[in-house]
Amino acid sequence: MKALAELYTQQFKTTLAMMFQYRAALVIWMIGQVLEPLVYLIVWSIVSKNSGGSIGSYTTSDFAAYFIVLMLVNQFTYTWIMYEFEYRVREGILSFALLKPVHPIHSDIADNASSKLITLPTMILIAAGLALGFHVSISPAPWAVAVFIPVLLLAFLVRFLLEWTLAQAAFWTTRVSAINQTYFVLMLFLSGQMAPLTLLPHPVQVAAAILPFRWMIGFPVELLLGRLTLTQALTGLGAQVAWLLLGFVLLRLVWRAGVRNYSAVGA
Amino acid sequence: MNYLRLLAAFFWVSVISELAYRVNFVWQLVQSFLSLGVSLAGLAVIFSYTETLGGWRPDEILALVGVYFFVGGLIGLVVQPAMEQFIESVRDGTLDFTLTKPEDAQLTTSIKRIEIWKLIDIVLGLAVLVIALIRLGENVGAWQAGAFVLMLTAGGVIVYSFFLILATLSFWLVRVENILMIFQSMYEAGRWPISLYPGWLRYGLTFIIPVAFATTVPAEALTGRLTWQTLLVAVVLAILLFAASRAFWRVGLRRYSGASA
Repeated sequence: MKALAELYTQQFKTTLAMMFQYRAALVIWMIGQVLEPLVYLIVWSIVSKNSGGSIGSYTTSDFAAYFIVLMLVNQFTYTWIMYEFEYRVREGILSFALLKPVHPIHSDIADNASSKLITLPTMILIAAGLALGFHVSISPAPWAVAVFIPVLLLAFLVRFLLEWTLAQAAFWTTRVSAINQTYFVLMLFLSGQMAPLTLLPHPVQVAAAILPFRWMIGFPVELLLGRLTLTQALTGLGAQVAWLLLGFVLLRLVWRAGVRNYSAVGA
Repeated sequence: MNYLRLLAAFFWVSVISELAYRVNFVWQLVQSFLSLGVSLAGLAVIFSYTETLGGWRPDEILALVGVYFFVGGLIGLVVQPAMEQFIESVRDGTLDFTLTKPEDAQLTTSIKRIEIWKLIDIVLGLAVLVIALIRLGENVGAWQAGAFVLMLTAGGVIVYSFFLILATLSFWLVRVENILMIFQSMYEAGRWPISLYPGWLRYGLTFIIPVAFATTVPAEALTGRLTWQTLLVAVVLAILLFAASRAFWRVGLRRYSGASA
């Protein structure tokens, strides 16, 4: 445990140093993270204005609130491990990680969490600016805010475990960019990034409830906007825990099979 | 003629080296169809709540989606991978090999790496475009078609020059791999007519990162929205940017000191 704590602190320092070295890359990347929800915010606001100020239960300013909160949730849960892992396997860098006595996922979690210490405050500022610009106000019930915190953490963990597991496709095909893209396209539609899920046709909503995507992004957003009842929130929490357990089992199985399949230069 | 032969040769090399990854081919196919499918599903959802979007009818937006995939495919096919490789070659000094070849270095650099899978996006984009055109019917005359081809060419030249300028910066800054990402993350916004966006974003997407000229403007030409002013600006900008990027490239090249020089 103490060794792990040390690993996390060291990884934190390394990540910070790296991030300051690649400042421009960071800014460019964040522009992308802001732009996508912003585009859908604008599109849905226009659609809502066209049809008299609201669609379903969403008014024009509800759309703005939805996509701004989504921007933050997405930022909090985001990982880039799928790009990273392909590079590690292809270049054989993974061999070094395998030599270490701890599971490589630890340094990845530490890396991810520490980079967010910098990007998240920036994103909150941007979101606050946008919220002012679009005249957004949200007033969630106190219990919703209390539930939101574990829900957000679970969303991050589920997303991290699943994406880390998926990243291991690199063990078998080496080129995974197409697999990554497929994943992101599905996520765009089924997580609520493109539109609030309640506006999508019923079959899509059912699919979204079964698949993990909604529980990683759309669900925390809806919760904080005060659109869920307590029962719905607790059911969602249950779904998150179920996906967390499933993700954990999958990760162990895939990792074990993957490492056996891995053959780097010199390994 | 010689240039075409070179292009064919580079293309063939890419085909051969990519055929080694056959599973990847299947996934690329799945991914292209899926991302088009999700794009269309999104449109279907939006147009189930509204008749027009910023004055654009569904079939017109469909034409824009076709252009978006087609141009995105072109950029991914040749412009972006070649520029990425070029930036890498400045850093590790392998640009030397390109410079010692008798052909023009800018040309060989620009076609050196071809990501053949993007052909799928190009074909899909064209298919969507054709379907949209059939549905738009007689509204598209010879003048629109001509303007469309002209605007597509101008947009292509503008995007290419923009990429070349960004990539040329690597002669000074060396580490700029991520700089190309800026276009990619902005290109997403080109899925929709630029006129939807608030002023500052529209301005940025037109003159800072020229996404508008790549997607909206050609689609405007096709749907009879193009004004003479826009057409003129696009053509002039294409010529100016191409000349500027060429000049900038030469200045940059003079700065290059190579691995062995």
